[in-house]
Amino acid sequence: MHFAQHAYLAPAFPLLACGLILALGRRGPGQGAYLAVGGMTLSLLVSLGVLREVLARKGGDFSVFWFRAGDMQLGAGVLADPFSAVMLLVVSFVGLMIFIYSIGYMHGDPLYARYFAYLSLFAAAMMGLVVADSLIVLYMCWELVGLCSYLLIGFWFQRPAAARAAKKAFLVTRLGDAGFLLGILLLFFALGTVHMPSLFAKADAGVASEWVLVAAALLIFCGAAGKSAQFPLHVWLPDAMEGPTPVSALIHAATMVAAGVYLVARTFPLFAAVPDGPALSVVAWIGVLTALIAASIATVTNDIKRVLAYSTISQLGYMMLGLGVGSAVAAIFHLTTHAFFKALLFMTAGSIIHATGKQDMWELGGLRAKMPITFVTFLCGAAALAGLPPLSGFSSKDEILLETLHVSPLLYGLALAGVFLTAFYVTRMAVVTFLGEGKTEAHESPMVMTGPMIVLAVGAVSLGWLGTPWAPLFQNFLAGHGAEHGSAQAPNLGLMAASVGVALAGIALGYSMYAKGVPSPAALKRSLCPLYVVLSNKYWIDEAYQWAIIRPGLRLASLFRTFDEEAVDGAVNGAGKAAVGGSWLSNAFDHIVVDGLVNLVGWTTRQAGAVGRFIQTGLAQDYMFWLAAGAFILILIGWFGP
Amino acid sequence: MIGLQHYLILAALLFAVGLYGALTRRNAIGILLSIEIMLNAVNINLVAFSRYQPGAGLGGQVFVVFVITVAACEAAVGLALILCIFRTRRTVEADEVNLLKW
Repeated sequence: MHFAQHAYLAPAFPLLACGLILALGRRGPGQGAYLAVGGMTLSLLVSLGVLREVLARKGGDFSVFWFRAGDMQLGAGVLADPFSAVMLLVVSFVGLMIFIYSIGYMHGDPLYARYFAYLSLFAAAMMGLVVADSLIVLYMCWELVGLCSYLLIGFWFQRPAAARAAKKAFLVTRLGDAGFLLGILLLFFALGTVHMPSLFAKADAGVASEWVLVAAALLIFCGAAGKSAQFPLHVWLPDAMEGPTPVSALIHAATMVAAGVYLVARTFPLFAAVPDGPALSVVAWIGVLTALIAASIATVTNDIKRVLAYSTISQLGYMMLGLGVGSAVAAIFHLTTHAFFKALLFMTAGSIIHATGKQDMWELGGLRAKMPITFVTFLCGAAALAGLPPLSGFSSKDEILLETLHVSPLLYGLALAGVFLTAFYVTRMAVVTFLGEGKTEAHESPMVMTGPMIVLAVGAVSLGWLGTPWAPLFQNFLAGHGAEHGSAQAPNLGLMAASVGVALAGIALGYSMYAKGVPSPAALKRSLCPLYVVLSNKYWIDEAYQWAIIRPGLRLASLFRTFDEEAVDGAVNGAGKAAVGGSWLSNAFDHIVVDGLVNLVGWTTRQAGAVGRFIQTGLAQDYMFWLAAGAFILILIGWFGP
Repeated sequence: MIGLQHYLILAALLFAVGLYGALTRRNAIGILLSIEIMLNAVNINLVAFSRYQPGAGLGGQVFVVFVITVAACEAAVGLALILCIFRTRRTVEADEVNLLKW
């Protein structure tokens, strides 16, 4: 079985599942859940097969003819290389765990079947995105995952907040997608193809001018920034937490938001084609800025899901930083580990919400005793997030930090600051939620939910061993077996010590502040009041957008509506009135002129008769007179006439 | 001496007199008389042409016989009509018989 050639089966199975669930509805097996899980299991098997073949160097690009338009020919196919093999595995495995988890979480929801249909559709689209070898097919799947995100964020659509959040997510990412499409079109017109391997070959060969490549790269980055919630398009992700928690775990932590990172990694040759070009610097700086902004906001956020949302934005910033400093491999590595521990963290949050019905961390507490499995798995995820060795997060984050240091110490310093903040806010969340005295009733979640959590926790803890500096198996695999890659450098113990030290400092501060009260959070809030206000208002970015874009947009829309109602409708009504007036005129014409003429003829006849009748005097002699006169005239005419 | 034109003039004058009488007399019998005068004027014309026109032959005189006959019939019928009118209307004035007036 040639898995690589048939890698399209990975997205095909969940798509089939989606169709079946929609057709069968609640009558399907397990109300559709088992179909979804079955689809994902098959995808997982396909992914494993693809991985095995790629490891044996039997991967490659398998493209078929799609359609022709004029002298333009488009192909579509699958690209089975290390990147896509890894992504397929991540999406299908983490996805499968979340699907199983959802069976417990969404139990009893009236729209249960539709939920699994949407989830399967999303999984299909995401895997399609990952194996696509043509930018057009990738864009189609990109839009499809955006659609699924909209459907799933707004799943409980009767809640106005959820509907608003879904709309916001879709519109903001749409903005990025517009840039993405422009980039694709630019590449097509400059290089004549959208088939990625050919595209990169041509770009490297210098077929197109430099500015085309830079512009295309930046436009594609627009799309990536939208999908991966980078500043300034990050505003949709915190609001997207209105959706069910498994959705947040799968889409807004592990996979869809990682699509942006994957896109940049995939099109990396375009970014790197222009040495010392601005494209990579833009990516790196936006990444590190996003990382810091989001991490800073997370330190004062109280909703557990929102903390994790900002954490996701921040970690995506790290991935972009990794890409920006030239190492797509480090970014994908961090993407993989992040998928595991972030999905895990969201699952624990979901477990808490499912058990207590509360999301504000200050209403929770003391859950360590009541929900032990949740607590332990949370700790695994949190430690990975903070970057403690030997957990996975440490390996991947350190990889990025190593690459960053070699490019720019300034970027490295900023990234390190972010590590501190990350450790701090996750400790704060852990302490406030799990330690202390219990404020609410809670019980541990059922096995169907804790099982996947435990599996992901194992992954979060152990994946790091695949990519240590002493044995960079993962990195070598991604880079294509021995190709030149930054991890060929010797392990930098000083660097590792620095990042571990900073992480521990963050944890220590968090623990001391929230578990021991030294220094007291309230006192710190008072003394750093301006900073606190800025952070808790999320730098007022949403308000700025509202003022600068949304309100003018709505005003323009109402202007158009007024124009439509007054001018256009006025014109139409005016035409109607004109028609009525015209018909009145025609009626008047008919009455006055036409009838007048006809009546005139009659009147004339009658008048002539009224005059002419006087000849009838009744006297025979008068008649005789006329007779004689007429005869006389005729004689005259006969005598003198023609 | 006395030529054709004298007779024609005479006939014309007679005709004119008869016409004038037919148009102006009130009494219906007067009108009938005037019509007889007109007819006789025509007779004179016809006879004169028969006598004085060379090659006319006796056609004129024959025609006159017909005219006299017709005049007699017509006078009889006319008198009968007047008698009927007199019996119903008690008048023979032409002015008073204007039932067909507008």
